[in-house]
Amino acid sequence: MDGEADGSVTVSEDSGRRRRVHGMLKLYYGLNEEGKTPEQPESLDPCDINGPHFDPELYLNKLRRECSLAELMDQETCMVKQIRSLDSDMQTLVYENYNKFISATDTIRKMKNDFKKMEDEMDCLSANMAAITDFSARISGTLQDQHTQITKLSGVHTLLRKLQFLFELPARLNKCLELQAYAQAVSSHRRARCVLQQYSHLPSFKGIQDDCHAIMDKLAQELRQKFRDGGSSAKDLSECVELLLQLDEPAEELCDKFLSHARSRLESDLQGLEAEIRPYPSTSALKDASARRSSSAAPVGSPTDGSPKTSSLSSPSSNTDILEFIDRGCNEFVSSLCLVITSYQELFINHAQTGELASKNIPQMANGKLHAFVDDLAARYFSLVERRIQEEKGVGDNSLLVRALDRFHRRLQAVAKLLPGSAVPNQGTEIVIRAATERVKQYLCALQSFYMDSLTDVRQALATPRLSVAGASVAGGGALLGGPASGRDAPTSLPELLSSLSASILNQIKSVLASVHLFTAKDITFSNKPYFKGEFCSQGVRESLVVSFIKFLCQSSRQFCESAGDKGGSTPPALLLLLSRLCLDYETSTISYILTLTDEQFLVQHHSPVTPVTSLCAEAREAAQKLLNHYVKVQGLIISQMLRKSVETRDWVNTIEPRNVRAVMKRVVEDTTSIDVQVGLLYEEGVRKAHSSDSSKRTFSVYSSSRQQARYAASYTPSAPMDTNLLSNIHKLFSERIDIFSSVEFNKVSVMTGIIKISLKTFLECVRLRTFGRYGLQQIQVDCHYLQMYLWRFVSDENLVHFLLDEIVGSSAHRCLDPAPMEQSVIEVICERG
Amino acid sequence: MEDDAPVIYGLEFQARALTAQTAETDAIRFLVGTQSLKFDNQIHIIDFDDENNIINKNVLLHQAGEIWHIGASPADKAVLTTCYNKTSDSRLVSCAAVWRMPSDWETGSHESPDDSAHNPQTLELLCRLDDSAHGNAACVLWEPMGDGKRVISLADNNALLWDLQESSTQATVSSTATLEGKGQLKFTAGKWSPHHNCSQLATANDTAIRGWDLRTMSQIYCIENAHGQLVRDLDFNPNRQYYLASCGDDCKVKFWDVRNVQEPIKTLEEHSHWWVDPEGFTFPHTKLQWSSHADSSGSSLLRF
Repeated sequence: MDGEADGSVTVSEDSGRRRRVHGMLKLYYGLNEEGKTPEQPESLDPCDINGPHFDPELYLNKLRRECSLAELMDQETCMVKQIRSLDSDMQTLVYENYNKFISATDTIRKMKNDFKKMEDEMDCLSANMAAITDFSARISGTLQDQHTQITKLSGVHTLLRKLQFLFELPARLNKCLELQAYAQAVSSHRRARCVLQQYSHLPSFKGIQDDCHAIMDKLAQELRQKFRDGGSSAKDLSECVELLLQLDEPAEELCDKFLSHARSRLESDLQGLEAEIRPYPSTSALKDASARRSSSAAPVGSPTDGSPKTSSLSSPSSNTDILEFIDRGCNEFVSSLCLVITSYQELFINHAQTGELASKNIPQMANGKLHAFVDDLAARYFSLVERRIQEEKGVGDNSLLVRALDRFHRRLQAVAKLLPGSAVPNQGTEIVIRAATERVKQYLCALQSFYMDSLTDVRQALATPRLSVAGASVAGGGALLGGPASGRDAPTSLPELLSSLSASILNQIKSVLASVHLFTAKDITFSNKPYFKGEFCSQGVRESLVVSFIKFLCQSSRQFCESAGDKGGSTPPALLLLLSRLCLDYETSTISYILTLTDEQFLVQHHSPVTPVTSLCAEAREAAQKLLNHYVKVQGLIISQMLRKSVETRDWVNTIEPRNVRAVMKRVVEDTTSIDVQVGLLYEEGVRKAHSSDSSKRTFSVYSSSRQQARYAASYTPSAPMDTNLLSNIHKLFSERIDIFSSVEFNKVSVMTGIIKISLKTFLECVRLRTFGRYGLQQIQVDCHYLQMYLWRFVSDENLVHFLLDEIVGSSAHRCLDPAPMEQSVIEVICERG
Repeated sequence: MEDDAPVIYGLEFQARALTAQTAETDAIRFLVGTQSLKFDNQIHIIDFDDENNIINKNVLLHQAGEIWHIGASPADKAVLTTCYNKTSDSRLVSCAAVWRMPSDWETGSHESPDDSAHNPQTLELLCRLDDSAHGNAACVLWEPMGDGKRVISLADNNALLWDLQESSTQATVSSTATLEGKGQLKFTAGKWSPHHNCSQLATANDTAIRGWDLRTMSQIYCIENAHGQLVRDLDFNPNRQYYLASCGDDCKVKFWDVRNVQEPIKTLEEHSHWWVDPEGFTFPHTKLQWSSHADSSGSSLLRF
């Protein structure tokens, strides 16, 4: 049993070893066991004899427990059988493998022998190759000498050909020169030039070089001649310049020559233009003056109907008008300038840019020269044009100037296109702008002088009818009676004069606006410049033309009040009145009308602040007020003078008993009436306080009987001199204070009130300086009553007249040595009789 | 001045003549001459006490006639001149005379102030400046800052330069100037310039202002139509020798530079609400221009 057991153990050990060896072989050959399906997972059962986890101990124990002896024996024999078959399998395998090893060893040995043989052959080959190299070296060594000789020979050949070219060069050049094939000559010479230069130390070459130089100099001479003649076509010229450039002729010099050549031609154009400006230099000043004198008359007619007159005035010092002048300038000067610019650019700039000359900065240099040239000539041209424009003093036909400026401006655009960076077109625009502003100034002057002339006309119109009564008015005893008399004689003409004056001024403004409007017309090239769209309309036309004129109108009106004011009636009062009404009309309607018209015509967009209508209106109203105030003062002064003279020149102490109203009082009433008529022609009636039922009949009786008598009664008692003064002073305190030189309103009644106030106040002041006798006082009473009867109707508040006349009578009573007032009834009788 | 209440002094009669007494250096004193046709006219001596803001007055009788112009001697505070009207045989004559105040007017008034109105003292006549050949006197001007020996009287169209001798009791005409022209020209006002060694005189007639050289008695400048209406009065600027102020019936006060008389330097119309009848008056030590008007309803001081 033990033996079996041992034997079984060994078998199992043995089988285990076999299995391992088998596995290793399988592993070596990479085979799968044929006997087992790959899908079948390897049994984990340690009792599976073929499984990898076979545990012989466990298997044996299991067998021992499960099997019977017989079975064990069967099992043992089966196992021994299997072991034996396996052993034989293994032996077969080992044998097979051994054979294979043997054959492999044989093969390797055979290869070893083959390689040795091959090595020998290779050695042989390298030996052969070395022999070949040796041979080849020997052959090339023998050929070397011949090769160098051939190279040398071919070099000599080319050199000889070159030499032949050189020797032939002078002849060839000469021939080219004869044939005028300058281009060929130049290229030939260029090829030879550096060689000749290099070998110039050899006498023979030197000779050739000298010859060539001579010929080329001649050629250059000829080219230059041709260039200088300039008559040849542009193409020839350009070729000429190109060749000269290739001949190393300095480009600067060529530019200068070209430009100076062009300059002489352009200058002759300019001289032609200049000659047109001053064909009569000696008379131009004279004519200028006459033009200026008559230019004021020129705009009186409208610009269109005045054309025959103005056409002679518009170009005072030259035969041609400005349009012709500018035309000539454009056609001659500007177009040839453009031509010069084009050809110059073609020659020096465009051409040079493509060639090798570009590297020498020639285009820049040439461009600089061209700009300087154009600027210089254009400046002279512009100065001529400006001189010509300045001679354009007459303001008659503006369209001519505008067209001329337009053409001038338009033609400069060509220059702008040719020379993009040039300042010339801008300068041209500036000239146009200057001309336009100058023209606006001239129009302002023309308007102003027109206005002053119109005023002179009005003055004359006012003065003429007065002549007939001048004698009478002087004889009437007054000193300065211009106003009233004229007012009396030309009653109908005042409103007519006003309307005609106002209408003619308005017409003139309109026609001037129309003329100026040409500057901004759509078909004019410069009208779309920002200046003409903005500043010209707002600052130029609106401010410096229209607003300035209105301001001038107001200012000149004011000057009538200031300078002429105190110097007495140098300005006819009627003119003051008329101007005041004119200014008032301007304030109410005309200014806003004119400005609206301007704004509409010129589509003014106000970028900069402009004078508002209201401030102009205020100015006009102020002027109107000042004029009317001044009118009141002047008329008041005229009447005051009459009254003053009448009081001062009389001996009031020794006068006779009054029988009549003094003539001067009648005269005062007459003049006041005529002033009233005059003012009524231009100003509305105005409001007055309600009259009492019997205004004219109001007498001094109340005054005389109560207050005056009371005063005199008191003054007869020496004890109370204070009381009289006190009474009158208290009376004054309670009466309304009268503003003598106060501003008047724009109506007739207010004006008349102002005049009468001044007159009566003067009367009062004169009376206060005199001393009266009894009859003197009575005469004053009569006079005052007479004035009372007629003056009340003119004033706004009749109490004013009453008060002042009361004061006069009261003051004369106070200044009276023997105050015995006249009976009221007697006064009335005298006045009514007078 | 603005802080103090205005000082008002009332006169019994109307008055047109007023002057500051320049010879009085201790007090601020004015002389006022009244105009009354029926009563004895008076000269009121008004002392203004600026510390207490009160007025002291004294009254002297001027029986010769109503006073149109008054002038105080720059040297002797007791001496003054008046131009006055007097009626004789129903004729009106304008006269000018030099007067001396009674020496004790001051003491008398202080002792019995109540009596002064009733028993005023009378002026003592020193001499008359009448020259019947030269017409009616409009005003008499003392030589400014002089010794009280020379006066000028303006009479109608004559300017007469008088020398006062023997304590002003004798007056002789040393030279005359006459205003020539058409019509009846008449001086209305004048001022003796304190500048140029007192060798210049400015006069007003109608609307014109004229300057005279007293050494040659000839006209040196003329401002025609200086005012729109009558020139009432004029005065020199005490500090600036070429500046002249004038006022007229046109309610304007104008300032002139006599070197350029074409245009006034300045024109004031402050009085446009009143009728200006001014006494142009420049106080020597201030730059105040005082103008008043004869309506006796107010006056105004203008400060420059």
